[in-house]
Amino acid sequence: MPLYIVRRLLQSLLILFGITVVTFILLYLLPADPVRQIAGRSATAATVESIRHQLGLDLPLYQQYGRYLWGLLHGDLGRSYLQKTDVATLIWSRLPATLLLMVGAIACELALGLTMGLFAALKRGSALDQGLMLISFVGVSAPQFVVGILLLYVFAVQLGWFPIGGYGHFSNLVLPALTLGFLGAGWYSRMMRSSMIDVLRQDYVRTARSKGLSRARVLFGHAVPNAILPIVAMIGIDIGVFMSGIVVVESVFGWPGIGQLAWQAIQRVDIPIIMGVTLISALAIVLGNLLADLVTPLIDPRIKLQ
Amino acid sequence: MYRHLMTGVAVAALLLGATGAFADQPKQGGSMIVTYKDDVSTLDPAIGYDWQNWSMIKSLYSRLMDYKPGTTELTPDLAESYSISSDGLTYTFKLRQGVKFHNGRVMTADDVAYSYNRAVDPKTQSPGQGFFKAIAGYDDMAAGKATSLSGVKVIDPNTIAITLSKPDATFLQVVALNFASVVAKEDVAQYGADYGHHPDGTGAFYVDHWTLGQELEFKRNPDYYVKGTPYLDEIDFKIGAEPLTALLQLQKGQVDILGDGIPPAKFLEVMNDPEQKKLVVQGAQLETSYLTMKTTMKPFDNVKVRQAVNMAINKDRIIKIINGRAVPATQPLPPGMPGYDKDFKGYAYDPAKAQELLKEANYDTSQSFDLYVYNTDPNPRIAQAIQQDLAAVGMKANIKSLDQANIIAAGGEPDQAPMIWSGGMGWIADFPDPSDFYGPILGCSSAVKGGWNWALYCNKTVEAEAAKADAMVAPDQQQARADLWKKIFTVDIMADAPWAPVFHEERYTMHTARIAGADNLFVDPVHIPVNYNAVYATDAQ
Repeated sequence: MPLYIVRRLLQSLLILFGITVVTFILLYLLPADPVRQIAGRSATAATVESIRHQLGLDLPLYQQYGRYLWGLLHGDLGRSYLQKTDVATLIWSRLPATLLLMVGAIACELALGLTMGLFAALKRGSALDQGLMLISFVGVSAPQFVVGILLLYVFAVQLGWFPIGGYGHFSNLVLPALTLGFLGAGWYSRMMRSSMIDVLRQDYVRTARSKGLSRARVLFGHAVPNAILPIVAMIGIDIGVFMSGIVVVESVFGWPGIGQLAWQAIQRVDIPIIMGVTLISALAIVLGNLLADLVTPLIDPRIKLQ
Repeated sequence: MYRHLMTGVAVAALLLGATGAFADQPKQGGSMIVTYKDDVSTLDPAIGYDWQNWSMIKSLYSRLMDYKPGTTELTPDLAESYSISSDGLTYTFKLRQGVKFHNGRVMTADDVAYSYNRAVDPKTQSPGQGFFKAIAGYDDMAAGKATSLSGVKVIDPNTIAITLSKPDATFLQVVALNFASVVAKEDVAQYGADYGHHPDGTGAFYVDHWTLGQELEFKRNPDYYVKGTPYLDEIDFKIGAEPLTALLQLQKGQVDILGDGIPPAKFLEVMNDPEQKKLVVQGAQLETSYLTMKTTMKPFDNVKVRQAVNMAINKDRIIKIINGRAVPATQPLPPGMPGYDKDFKGYAYDPAKAQELLKEANYDTSQSFDLYVYNTDPNPRIAQAIQQDLAAVGMKANIKSLDQANIIAAGGEPDQAPMIWSGGMGWIADFPDPSDFYGPILGCSSAVKGGWNWALYCNKTVEAEAAKADAMVAPDQQQARADLWKKIFTVDIMADAPWAPVFHEERYTMHTARIAGADNLFVDPVHIPVNYNAVYATDAQ
């Protein structure tokens, strides 16, 4: 197991390194010129060149990359061109909001998705099953923007139960978390349903039933823990996805997460921020997956890490 | 529409006059909440050049000159008075005494000199550097050959003299720009590269606290030198909500001002609701959206073709595409700008005459050209309308919908982007002076690679006239100067027709009834978007 973790961590490092290379090249190839954005439209050619030189953007690509990597190895994510602040500070300032929304959204996803999937599987083929799967279908396919605005309009504007967007209190978290939770629940419920149906057919469930165990014990003692295994891997991936920011929901609710930061940076070609956010999300996805891999054998002793 | 705007200005002027005369000034107190979608990147006045921070910097800092609230009329601010030498080269400013920075220190002429040097210093990377080019010694300093501007001289702690390398009638506008805000040296030294997050000026408000990406709170500066102002005790800026969400919040009375304006998708709904419409304020924004035609490229190297395009475009129909949020343009200058000629008719919509002109020009209708357009709504839709209008007179345009950076790059190339729709990138004045609409977008010096003169228009006669206008610095020459600019932008430039001016965008914003002030304070032409110093809270009265 420790060897496995070391190997995976080394792999992760390689992946991250690869991501810095690819992102760097992609951003370099971008037709937009960040220096023009900084210099403003009234700038003379001389000013533009002077800024380019100061930022080291006149160096050949490999040297620029070398500088970036050197900084990175020293824990320096660079400075934002336009905000004139350390990228690490900017990301750090938005991390709490992102983490909070992530936890809220995953909690909603699981609560909604697993319940729906469980009932659908138990009542397979019934009207309830079809109804739940229809809802999950809507969840999978509805755009975040539509669901977000709808929830906002009904629960915040019309009913006044929650504030209209914002950040800082638990009440601010409910609607954005529900929006993401509802959308994510679509995936989870489908997965849970098929996984449960699969498990319920297994010999060990039949054995448990024939032992005379109560329905609840069969379900929660044997079926659910087994059905939930593939879900754990999915949560790991979800952590990564949420950490890279949820641009649309954050914008609708005015949630100060990493997604907003990234989106604003992309619009204004603030390359250091784009690089920083990409790296942090990549790191989160890699770690999320690793976490899922590490947790699975704890739940299911049959799986051993090699 | 122009008349409407001018009445607004006139009424405000009357109101302001009245407040002075009858001491009927609003009482201080109360607070307001303003929303913005995007982060406030920096509050360093040498750097900030965004929609969000422009007006904030105006309120946190002050400059030698400012504008009367809601108007484009210059007035001394940190300067108590000023004089211009007879050769028009030296401006001497007498400073107000006892003006304090938020940190408590008294401001002196040294701070003004320091601030100007800092803005021009290449190390500062100021997007406003170029505005100071009239000051003697600029070239050396911008090139890194000198550490200060030789033209800036501190005479005594309350007097500063600035010498220009050539007369420049826009110089008083330059010292009213945000980039000419006075900063305290010790703060810049203390915070270094992070100064933009620790602003300290002499302005009407100071930053009480700032949570990056979330919230920014201004408190009233109790030591502000204009006694009795500003009126609000506190301004709370909430950052990050979509304009649509912000509108919902405003409808519920949870926020007071929409910093980003009314979202286009909700515009008609708001305007059709009498209750909501009452909260809407409309104003001009010194902006022109236009079509450029590259004068160096076929088919637009023929002036008749360019004139035909001007006649082929149905401006009223295009304005309908943006829900009527604009007025038709006849000339490059926007209404509200000195030199704007409200009687100038320009080229009327006349497809038949356009076809005649094309025939005279032996226009080959089988040829086609590219129409470049910024790929954000509503610009591609506007480009389609232009394409149809041109097709109706026998001109074939292919729409190229691209990112802004690509368009700017192609715009400066002599053999690319024969036609560009400027929408989304249109020229909004940095300061309310006609020369800002000439040099950077129509003058010979900007007809270069990377410049904004996308028509690559350069008429030496016009250039000479423009230089003459900018040399008219004496106060009694200002009418003549405005008249000269009027002629340049109408008779001269429109005859050459490097552009087809299409419309001037109008700004629409909304505020709750709780916050009051003359309408033009909410759509201030200079304190963009809102003049925070001059609006007041009704619940404090």
